[in-house]
Amino acid sequence: MITMDVVAYEKMVASCLRKYPLEACGILLGTLHRVTRVEPATNIENSARIYTIDPKAMLFADRLAEELKAEIIGVYHSHTHSEAFPSPTDVSQVPDPTWYYVLVSFKRAIPEVRAYEIVDGKITETPLVVESSKSQ
Amino acid sequence: MAHVRLPTVLRPSAGGNSSLEVNGESIREILEAISSKYPQFVSQVLTEDGELHKFVNVYLNDDDVRYLEKLETKVGTDDRISILPAVAGGME
Repeated sequence: MITMDVVAYEKMVASCLRKYPLEACGILLGTLHRVTRVEPATNIENSARIYTIDPKAMLFADRLAEELKAEIIGVYHSHTHSEAFPSPTDVSQVPDPTWYYVLVSFKRAIPEVRAYEIVDGKITETPLVVESSKSQ
Repeated sequence: MAHVRLPTVLRPSAGGNSSLEVNGESIREILEAISSKYPQFVSQVLTEDGELHKFVNVYLNDDDVRYLEKLETKVGTDDRISILPAVAGGME
């Protein structure tokens, strides 16, 4: 299970919506299973079908995590026209099996957000719990 | 000694450390110094040809070493090195 503050959750979804119809992406900071901060990042592919997180955004997020005594615990990206489910591209390029992978889908009128763990090519959906308390 | 920050994915190959203080005059020497203590580390960051894996980005302070002198980039004692995974994917 992954938990996320409602403000962080809304920031994540809004950052994806702002980039629509292009794929958006960002970095999840927190501790263990709790996201405490969302850092939207530039998709340097500038594409509606693929994304690459700006490496410099990863650098700054890592520094921020160290400063906050947190860690990068996952990443998110949007699927503009497909389901909130990891694509073969997502699975083949998983950078860290300990991270959470959050998908924001705009296939339907209401954004759909789902979280996954991906280990050795195996995709496991995990509940995403949005909390009402504010952390950022 | 340079301060080397490690991503979570590489920590199991580096004694579980999130950062290390390492002696070395270049990025290559720094990576070799870590690998001499933690032999599993080298294959996580370097190819068999001794080059950086494409899915790893290494920063010297604010600069990607691929745009400097790559592994031969000089490192000073107060420099900060960040090793980070490249993150990509998409619906294709």
